[in-house]
Amino acid sequence: MGNARATGGAPRRFGPASPATTRIRRSSNRSSRSRLRFRLPWLPGSPTSSRRKPIVKNPERDEHLDAKGASRRKFLRTTAAGVGAAAGVPAAAEAFDFETFFQKNFRRMSDEEIEALKDRMARKYEKKFGKSFNVQATGPVDNTLFGYGLDISRCIGCRRCVDACVQENNQSRDPEIQWIRVLEFERERVVRGFELDEGNPYYEHEQAPAEGMVYLPIACQQCEDSPCTNVCPTGATWEEPDGIVVIDYDWCIGCRYCMAACPYGARHFNWAAPTIPADEVNTNIHPLGNVPRSRGVVEKCSFCIQRVRDGRYPACHEACPVGARKFGNLLDPDSEISYLLKHKRTFVLKSELATRPKFFYFYG
Amino acid sequence: MTVYLAEFWHFTKESVALVASGSRGYMLWVGLLLLMILGGLYAFVNQASFGLVTSNMRDPVSWGFYIGNFAFLVGVAAAAVILIIPAYIYNWGPIREVALLGELLAISAIIMCMLFVTVDIGRPEKVWHMMPGVGTPNFPYSLLVWDVLVLNAYFVLNFFVATYLVFMSYTGRKYNPSFIMPIIFLSIPLAISIHTVTAFLFMGLKARPFWNDAILAPRFLASAFCSGPALLVLIFQILRKVSPVQISGAALRKIGELLAYAMAINLFFLGCEVFKEFYSHSHHVIHARFQWFGLEDGYGIAGYSIFALTCNVTAFVIFVVPALRNRIRFLLVGCVLAVAGVYVEKGLGLLLPGLTPDVIGEVYRYTPSLNELMVGAGVWGVGLLSFTFMAKISIAITLGELGYRRT
Repeated sequence: MGNARATGGAPRRFGPASPATTRIRRSSNRSSRSRLRFRLPWLPGSPTSSRRKPIVKNPERDEHLDAKGASRRKFLRTTAAGVGAAAGVPAAAEAFDFETFFQKNFRRMSDEEIEALKDRMARKYEKKFGKSFNVQATGPVDNTLFGYGLDISRCIGCRRCVDACVQENNQSRDPEIQWIRVLEFERERVVRGFELDEGNPYYEHEQAPAEGMVYLPIACQQCEDSPCTNVCPTGATWEEPDGIVVIDYDWCIGCRYCMAACPYGARHFNWAAPTIPADEVNTNIHPLGNVPRSRGVVEKCSFCIQRVRDGRYPACHEACPVGARKFGNLLDPDSEISYLLKHKRTFVLKSELATRPKFFYFYG
Repeated sequence: MTVYLAEFWHFTKESVALVASGSRGYMLWVGLLLLMILGGLYAFVNQASFGLVTSNMRDPVSWGFYIGNFAFLVGVAAAAVILIIPAYIYNWGPIREVALLGELLAISAIIMCMLFVTVDIGRPEKVWHMMPGVGTPNFPYSLLVWDVLVLNAYFVLNFFVATYLVFMSYTGRKYNPSFIMPIIFLSIPLAISIHTVTAFLFMGLKARPFWNDAILAPRFLASAFCSGPALLVLIFQILRKVSPVQISGAALRKIGELLAYAMAINLFFLGCEVFKEFYSHSHHVIHARFQWFGLEDGYGIAGYSIFALTCNVTAFVIFVVPALRNRIRFLLVGCVLAVAGVYVEKGLGLLLPGLTPDVIGEVYRYTPSLNELMVGAGVWGVGLLSFTFMAKISIAITLGELGYRRT
């Protein structure tokens, strides 16, 4: 379905081919929105210009830019605005499954019901992708509160973490959904702290990191006092005892109230049926994590619940080439994350909102 | 009891027969609405099979046209109280005659509200997940659960009151005030609460500074008290033209006077918000700037905001000057302006600046897609059709054209 594949054995790409070579991972026209153009098949002249601009800054902002910066920005905007291939029509309605339809909220399921759910999921995805699936619903780990640390001074903005996350967590390739977004900031402006709306998620360079830029990857901040779980009308999202904020994708009704409530833009909606090529699907799935989602539900980062509850690191952590990502148990005084919190200058995003994230940034 | 049942059966039967027949103009109107509904149904099936990708909403602007209409219509529904209070509490004659029609408008508006919320969600077949008993409603934390609760309560209450009053006059009995008045009194705080809860739905979000503002609920009510009664005046004028029903000019002028108060408060609140945003000039002024001036690339909804403001101010001048308000023609112009102004202000002016730029500063240019507009038109069709039917029945009964002949 219009998936441009890069040539020459480059890592998998989901967007239009880019002329770049070495470090470029992503072009600015890869925005999921621009790929989401949709045409009603039988309604002439129908929607939809999902016209979007990559980013607009506070108007005062460009006063501080030098001429070079301003023109680069302009260039980025024009390239990003002009591209966007029309996607095909996604597969229509999914088959109705009686048991899935009437299943309970995951939190209310008994152990037997969870076993039945695992069976059902295994069967369903085996049929869909022609592969056998390993469904694990590992519960919260005792005496554990997962926390994430990210070294701002190390991150080079290569976005390998984004690709790893897409692969690991079965994110839709078309339309594109990415849980991690890497924001690019001008170093001189960061002197006054990170204001999220000054970051550009659509940068495109021959090489990353670019001169004078710093990078801030964001995904779900796993808040302790999370606005998203408070507003959900169905209780389809909650914080697990080990600190991971999860969604029951079968229970979500798609009202998108959580998206309006999230201060980090970390929740993403399946506007169309998600598609994953069968040869790329990750078959080790957790019902609250990387289980393939359906159309019309919200999804988000779960700290790779399917990995971390088995004692492994999240996929983004493993993929980071510079070791900027740290992960561990906040309750364990000897863990790496506890060491960092004790000894480094750490901060959380939008601390004034008192969401109390478990995702910490620090200067290494 | 069986007598009541038999009578109610007759009432239902005759009502159905009544709405199925009428003048050519009536039939054309109903036909038009049915066409709108069919178009909406078609668009909704399209949306249900492909997903909300058929709308132009995307992650940065995750609520759009549907929720904007919802916010406006909750106001229309709530505004019925502005007639109920003078009608039933002060027993003011001219308004009393038309209060019933106000309740019918409230019922239709609530139907539209519920439909707009239903078409907005990604998995409408799963709404039972938020029902008590079968689902797991996140009560009391989620304002959406509260909203469903008060909307349904208000709907049931109004539907009951209206049906009771109409049915009593159908059977030629006098309604029992000691039975119905407590229910009517209960509907007054409920009307306020449906709009307050809807405002809280937005106000409670700390991620969206444009909405996270204590004045939002009063503003909602003020604008609702402008748009609802203005819409009623227009409907009354149409009814005066197309049906023999007697609605006194005095009632319309009185509503015009009420509208003057409401619009004054509405504009004052708006001024307060504009002052707060631009004078304090915090980081968050970007949303207000988007609303009133547009952003650096020329994108913004400034044109719509100025349009809404102009409409509202002009309407206010008309309502506040007795010489203008008392002339029906001017009053009607004022009402059209008030409805248009509040519709734009409440739909676009509330929703889009709240979401644009989004939490990481991204600007997504949202305009509703054709499919979205068609679904919306279908919902409006359902609302207008239900109001037409209910009004036709109640008018026929009031005029004595329809009545149960007791043997």
